[in-house]
Amino acid sequence: MIDGALMYGAAAIAALAVVVMYRVVKGPTMQDRIVAINVIGTSTVVIIALVAAALDQPEYLDIALVYALLNFVLSIAVAKFTVDRGEVL
Amino acid sequence: MTPLEVAVSVLVAAGVFFVFVGAVGLIRLPDVYTRAHASSKADTLGAGFALAAVMLSFGFSSQAVKTAVLLIFVYVSSPTAAHAISRAAYRSGVEPWTAGDGDGGEEG
Repeated sequence: MIDGALMYGAAAIAALAVVVMYRVVKGPTMQDRIVAINVIGTSTVVIIALVAAALDQPEYLDIALVYALLNFVLSIAVAKFTVDRGEVL
Repeated sequence: MTPLEVAVSVLVAAGVFFVFVGAVGLIRLPDVYTRAHASSKADTLGAGFALAAVMLSFGFSSQAVKTAVLLIFVYVSSPTAAHAISRAAYRSGVEPWTAGDGDGGEEG
């Protein structure tokens, strides 16, 4: 029962991440795309954590942590990359 | 259904709802600032509720602590990234949308 609820939640969030891909494709600015990629990355972290709980595989939580870290570094790096003198934080 | 099952189901549903709100904001709002505003807040709340459900289903264990660390990291990093992206947009000259721009949306 709990596994089912967690799995259905993960599936719904995955479907919403696919919907968000619309903004990645459409743009129009680079920053719109980064915001959308950031949302997809956060959704991926949540999906990995939900699947870890549903399948009772606690090792997946490590992967979720690393993915969250990479997602953050990617957003900051690309945000810095789009500005000339790079002062974004 | 046990109380634990009810609590986990409610938390997952709340998380999916807030991720849905974030997706709607990201698709429908007119410019990058409003989109970052909607998506970062709704997405942080969505991740918060969903990860709380994960914590609850793992029970009182080291996995729950690891999930709490993940939750704190998402809480800190997601708004910071949205702030950096918005500031990068402002620095690179993206004009904020105003009511005079009409529906704006796809082109603005």
